[in-house]
Amino acid sequence: MESVGNIILYFVIAVSIIVFSVLTVTTRKILRSATYLLFTLFATAALYFQMDYPFLGAVQIAVYAGGIVVLFVFAILLTQQPGKDQQQMQSTRRALALTATLLGVALTAYCLFSYANFAGKIVPQAAEFDIQTIGRFLLSTDKLGYLLPFEAISILLLACIIGGVVIARKR
Amino acid sequence: MNLTLLMYLVPSLIMFGCGVYGFLTRKNMIAIMISLELMLNAVDINFVVFNRFLFPGQLEGMFFTLFAIALAAAETALALAIIINVFRIAKKVDINEINKLKF
Amino acid sequence: MPLNFTIAVIALPLLMFLFLGLAGPKMSRKIAGVIGTLGMLVTTIIAYGVSLTYFFGDAEGQIADGVRQAVVVFNPDWLSFTKTLVVRMGIMLDPIAAMMLVVICTVSLMVHLYSLGYMCDHHGHAEKGFQRYYAFLALFTFSMLGLVVATNLFQIFIFFEMVGVSSYLLIGFYYSSPAAKHANKKAFIVTRLADLFFLVGIMILSYYTGTFDFDKLVFGPNGANSLETAGSAIASAGGQTFLGCSVMAWALTFIFIGGAGKSAMYPLHIWLPDAMEGPTPVSALIHAATMVVAGVFLVARLFPMYVIEQGAMDIICVTGAFTAFYAAAIACVQSDIKRALAFSTISQIAFMMTSLAVSSAGGNLIEIHGGTGLGYMASMFHLFTHAMFKALLFLCAGAIIHAVHSNENSDMHGLHKYMPITSFAFLIGCLAIAGIPPFAGFWSKDEILVACYEKGLGWGLWMSAVAGMTAFYMFRIYFLIFHWKEHKIHTEHAPADQPWTMTLPLIILGVISIVAGFVPAHSLVTWDGAHLHTQLNWTVAGTSVAIACVGIGLAYRMYFRENNLPQRMADSCRGLWTAAYRRFYMDELYQFITHKVIFQSICKPIARFDRAVIDGFFNLLARASRSAAYGIRGFQSGDTQSYVFVYYIGAIALALATIICVAL
Repeated sequence: MESVGNIILYFVIAVSIIVFSVLTVTTRKILRSATYLLFTLFATAALYFQMDYPFLGAVQIAVYAGGIVVLFVFAILLTQQPGKDQQQMQSTRRALALTATLLGVALTAYCLFSYANFAGKIVPQAAEFDIQTIGRFLLSTDKLGYLLPFEAISILLLACIIGGVVIARKR
Repeated sequence: MNLTLLMYLVPSLIMFGCGVYGFLTRKNMIAIMISLELMLNAVDINFVVFNRFLFPGQLEGMFFTLFAIALAAAETALALAIIINVFRIAKKVDINEINKLKF
Repeated sequence: MPLNFTIAVIALPLLMFLFLGLAGPKMSRKIAGVIGTLGMLVTTIIAYGVSLTYFFGDAEGQIADGVRQAVVVFNPDWLSFTKTLVVRMGIMLDPIAAMMLVVICTVSLMVHLYSLGYMCDHHGHAEKGFQRYYAFLALFTFSMLGLVVATNLFQIFIFFEMVGVSSYLLIGFYYSSPAAKHANKKAFIVTRLADLFFLVGIMILSYYTGTFDFDKLVFGPNGANSLETAGSAIASAGGQTFLGCSVMAWALTFIFIGGAGKSAMYPLHIWLPDAMEGPTPVSALIHAATMVVAGVFLVARLFPMYVIEQGAMDIICVTGAFTAFYAAAIACVQSDIKRALAFSTISQIAFMMTSLAVSSAGGNLIEIHGGTGLGYMASMFHLFTHAMFKALLFLCAGAIIHAVHSNENSDMHGLHKYMPITSFAFLIGCLAIAGIPPFAGFWSKDEILVACYEKGLGWGLWMSAVAGMTAFYMFRIYFLIFHWKEHKIHTEHAPADQPWTMTLPLIILGVISIVAGFVPAHSLVTWDGAHLHTQLNWTVAGTSVAIACVGIGLAYRMYFRENNLPQRMADSCRGLWTAAYRRFYMDELYQFITHKVIFQSICKPIARFDRAVIDGFFNLLARASRSAAYGIRGFQSGDTQSYVFVYYIGAIALALATIICVAL
């Protein structure tokens, strides 16, 4: 049995994820869309905190909310006139997209709920890892070490920096 | 009342659905990128949730999410650079007007 | 000279061909010609050395049981079909091969030398394509030499094709002239058709005997032609018959058809007169002296088998006798001197064929088969002498054509005064071919006639008559060119004897034509390698000389001075004259059969089927895939979101399919 506070927290997070996600893709103003995305990402970070992954939650806020959304806002401000509404697709096309999306969601939901016996019963088990452990895992070369992907990501980020500079520079 | 696996997967599913819908209906390329971030985020949640509920003693799901976030950051940075470049050349970021890459 | 120098005889012309063909365009025309001629001179000297060694040397392994045996110089495997059926590429010397080496090299050298002068315009500048001409001459010489020294039927076939190709290339040397193009196509197609029969014959023969090699087919243990070997080869067919004839008779007949195509026997002769479109020295080399006797050589090569299969031999005999008369009749009325000489060539080759066919094996089997093998020797002897005097006649004709720039004898007349050396050489050639002693043709033709009389009185009389016609038409040509009336000078250049490069070969060949008859052929080129005792048959010799003199006299009466007798004779039997002039309508008959019968009723429907059904099917495929592509290219719209949509729908469909499969 979970504590009531935890349950309330869960519902707050779940509802905000759902609402802000829907708003992100339905609002006509692109800057608002980015803002709603920020809220969604915050809610996700909260979810990570609730599940006892504080490091991940911190990364989520720092990288996603702090980095990516800011990038989005920059890009939007560089390319859009503020306050202008986005044009919408033709309604037939939107209806088609909505149908396809609902179809996919329904299909996945059917799969999920067909496992409801299992998935509806299982509860989280506590297991705390401190930052030190995570750091050791990240930089170890053991069987469960992540040094290689870590370095690969480093190189990828470097490539990405150079690529970004090359692509966006003025000719 | 327990907080079960299913309860965490449903918001993630809806988030993913929103991402798909946004991807298919938005015209602005930046908005499409935003939808893409939604989908990525939904997948991240799934990794973490399964890690917590099925293998609480291990950290694989968390690390996957960690790297996925890094990848997402890299990908977004590049995509936005491309979009800005396209805007510089074509003076627009609407995806249905940038359609010269065809037969 | 060691016999393995024969390799050099074969290899030198090939090297000359490669050298002139590749490096020729880089050097000046004259130098290419001189190099080609010098190469041929060296080849000729080596060939003479080898032949003399073969005929007169007595080194070990050359003579066995008192006969000169075939010497295989080298014979490596080339293609092995089965363990026993192997195609080899080798060099073999036997009497006829050694003789052919001399013939080919002599005539080829003369032609090389002569062409230095002939292939020039009247300013003395070498013509365009001079290097190519010499390269092709070298290729032809190589192919012909390879043919005569072949150790097996398959090698002969390969070189048969190669001489065909070089003949094609040289006939079409002036490829900008439509007549030359048509002539070389005609020559190639007709001989190729005949070669198809040759190939079928080879296949039948090798299927039953399991070998291509002459030393298993015709040569006995002592290395000379042997009836026992040939008999056992024929017996390997096990007496099987096809349409009432033994399969071996069929095989040998097919092989003869291949030879008949090259040797221009009726009815496959139609290509040879047209082949005169090529340069005249080429006609002398290929279409008078060497390539056209390849068929005779082929029959002589398999002679023991033909002797046993008398059915095939009878076909050769009838074909040869008829062709000799037919071609002689046409030669009597032709106005183009090269055409007349071409028909004369056909007639003379038919003489050789007939002589081979009337011959029966002599030697130790004289009791069984009768006869003495005289015809074989006579045929080979005539091949030798004919090559010399016919090359002489063609080279003379070339000199005349070069001087007056025309092939028609109506443009010549009375050239004796202007070109005495040429006139004299031509006269020697005419006397030789007419069979007047002591010129070369007398001796060989006399042997042929004796062989024919041995076969039967009818054959003898027929061939004697043809010999008379030969004398008549040759002297008709001679008188029409050099006498008849005064030459009317069209240009300021009066015709004259040509430069020494052209005159020297005439003199050399003229001398050879006088003395070649004294070559002791009866002890050198007999069918079994043994010495053949011959003596001049005074009755036959006297008759043939008398007939020849009658022919010459008639020609003198009709053509020596301008008169209207030939015109009156032509008018009195206009139909016959026209028919002969139009070569008895053989070309028209071929034209009719190929165009009206084969093209119209066979090829046209096949072509229509090909276009409508075969092409139609593939066009349909192409059109279907094109319209399909047009239909689906809209998918690649450049609209990214529709790509994503399709991808997404696909993913859903896949998931759905998986779920349904799991649920079932």
